[in-house]
Amino acid sequence: MITRRNFLKSTAAGIAGIALPLAAFEIIDPQKLMAEEAKSDVKLRWVFLVDTYKCVGCGFCVKACKNENEVPYDANVTRTWVERYVITKDGKVHADTPKGARDGFTTSKIDLGEGKFEDIKKEDINKAFFVPKLCNQCENPPCVQVCPVGATYQAPDGVVLVDRTWCIGCGYCIMGCPYGVRFFHPVYHTAEKCNFCYHRISKGLKSACVDACPFGARRIGNIKDANDPVTKIIMTERVGVLKEEYGTKPQVFYIGLDREVR
Amino acid sequence: MKSHVLRPLFVVVGIVILILSARLILVPKDFGVYERGYMYGWHRKSNEEDWKKIKVKYQGKDFCRDCHADKYDSINKTPHKIIQCENCHGPASDVTSDHYSEQRPKLAIDKSRAQCLRCHYPLPYPTSGRGDIKSIDPEKHNPDVECSTCHNPHKPMEGLR
Repeated sequence: MITRRNFLKSTAAGIAGIALPLAAFEIIDPQKLMAEEAKSDVKLRWVFLVDTYKCVGCGFCVKACKNENEVPYDANVTRTWVERYVITKDGKVHADTPKGARDGFTTSKIDLGEGKFEDIKKEDINKAFFVPKLCNQCENPPCVQVCPVGATYQAPDGVVLVDRTWCIGCGYCIMGCPYGVRFFHPVYHTAEKCNFCYHRISKGLKSACVDACPFGARRIGNIKDANDPVTKIIMTERVGVLKEEYGTKPQVFYIGLDREVR
Repeated sequence: MKSHVLRPLFVVVGIVILILSARLILVPKDFGVYERGYMYGWHRKSNEEDWKKIKVKYQGKDFCRDCHADKYDSINKTPHKIIQCENCHGPASDVTSDHYSEQRPKLAIDKSRAQCLRCHYPLPYPTSGRGDIKSIDPEKHNPDVECSTCHNPHKPMEGLR
């Protein structure tokens, strides 16, 4: 006979049993999972390596980038730029990037914007350095996720591209990028960004900024190629990425990244 | 059913068909989901080729060597060998088409003081390679004169000309 107690008991057990999917009994073998990932036929994944120790802030990379990628030279937008960080003995961080360092850094004064400058005495400097910035070609690009029309996307080799004929200029991607690398192209009025010079790297050349850098501070490579010198450095040396906490998996790696760099 | 009930329904169906057929014409054939899945790979496939077709402007040092071997060799003996020709002479592609013709246009050479000061302005920053580069104070060192008036950028170590 069904008592209230038995009824409640069997109902609870039954519901618990139904709620448990069969997948819960499957034991995932981590090795199998890794093998599954390695099986993917992607043989090419572009990555970038920046050595901040080598950068002297000459800005030749920015000049070359603007010319190569037809970004109007005098418009205050650029696909890549160089930031200067000066950290003084009182712990203050002074950072600037006048015109994106298109003309380099030819004054010791820090550009505060609105025509104001701050002179910093040589004796007050604790550390000072230059950090080149460009699109991180994230593995999980937030700019692509927010595009409502499918105008920006990730190519199979990891580079994030913008379809100028399809972009409606809503600007979501510009707001969505945590690294601030996107802007509106002054001529096309569509979203614009660094694409590692896709027309060059697909022809076997290096990005324009990489070629223009006299000091070897910028390098590009294929992380899927174990013999690539850039891959070797990323795998065996201490490298950092920008804003790791966002989970975007940025693919521009930095040697000598300071915690003050944002 | 009465026609005044059905009539708006026909209108709605008509609008839906109109939108769907317009979409069929406007959306490119190769628009779809590709390698990186729906979230990252939803795009027009041929746009990848569009980007690859952009013209290469910077040709690199070896491109200039074919004709200007003397300049190439002389600068390669100096610390300035790390600098690409095109960093000062401008991208070579702007002239490649008629660079070999009779009245070949000269590349616009950047001889400004600012060009040299990119590296040679004194910024003695610790933890940066910039501090190791020889520098001058542009306000005291012959202001208003182009650097190349006295210094040969192709032979920087050979003294003044």
